[in-house]
Amino acid sequence: MTESSTRPTGVDKTLVGRSYAPTETYDVSRVKIAEMAAATGATHPAHTDPDAAWALGYSDVVAPPTFAVVLAQRAEQAYVAAPESGIDFSRVVHAEERFVHHRPIVAGDRLRTTVHVDKILERGGITLVTTRAEIADEADAPVATVTSVLAVRGAEK
Amino acid sequence: MNEQNETLARGARPLLTELEAGAELFRRTYAVDRDRLVRYAGASGDFNPIHYNDRFAHEVGLPGVIAHGMLTMGLAGSAVADWAGDPGAVVEYGVRFTRPVEVPDPGTAEVEVAGKVGAVDLGEGSVRVDLTVTSGGVTVLAKAQAVVRLG
Repeated sequence: MTESSTRPTGVDKTLVGRSYAPTETYDVSRVKIAEMAAATGATHPAHTDPDAAWALGYSDVVAPPTFAVVLAQRAEQAYVAAPESGIDFSRVVHAEERFVHHRPIVAGDRLRTTVHVDKILERGGITLVTTRAEIADEADAPVATVTSVLAVRGAEK
Repeated sequence: MNEQNETLARGARPLLTELEAGAELFRRTYAVDRDRLVRYAGASGDFNPIHYNDRFAHEVGLPGVIAHGMLTMGLAGSAVADWAGDPGAVVEYGVRFTRPVEVPDPGTAEVEVAGKVGAVDLGEGSVRVDLTVTSGGVTVLAKAQAVVRLG
């Protein structure tokens, strides 16, 4: 109780290598793409106008470059919010994020996401947790890989 | 949500063979106010109260409400997509979050995005765009790089 040093974060390192079952299907809608585009200042008409998207060769409106985070963050909850992870979300800050698009996401896509715990490292009282969300379509073809690093601080007391 | 656009007209796709490493490609400024934070929360599903509730933000030791890191990353991504002339051409995009963007009320925080040519890969038909993303002169995203397919 009177300790002054930073305590360990309690993140369970034995979960590295663990995968979480694919999420329920996420239906990508024109409305959600338009909301995300407006919020992130994306003005390209291919986000909102199907004709503009068709002109670029897409079957429907195209998602902004960071749209996949919507699916990734929902799926990450299966791990991050689980008591077994040992992650206190009130002590988490987002450290890194990376998207690899195997193909663009368009309205009408029906996608499922599988989360993998890739790495857990300790660095000076902070635990860095790397997760990888693999997003695939109905045919199980890869659509996007979203890698996220969360920094978890130890309790200060 | 006024945007200042100093980039070339949309529709014109950049030519890979005209890009030189180090050359500046675009510069954009985005105004971030509380309205935008609420819109981003709804669009993304990230409802952490540190992004809209001053009392809560202070309780967890923040100076005030801060923007979602993913919102800042999204703004810079939009600048890249607009420059590319095709949002689906951004095949890779990664950042490191260095400092939070504090969003006053009333008022706005400004996020400035500058993109330059990192490297051109003629074989892949792609360009790496290196981004400088600052707010109030402070770097908020580091190692911000996007790969855009133009070939």
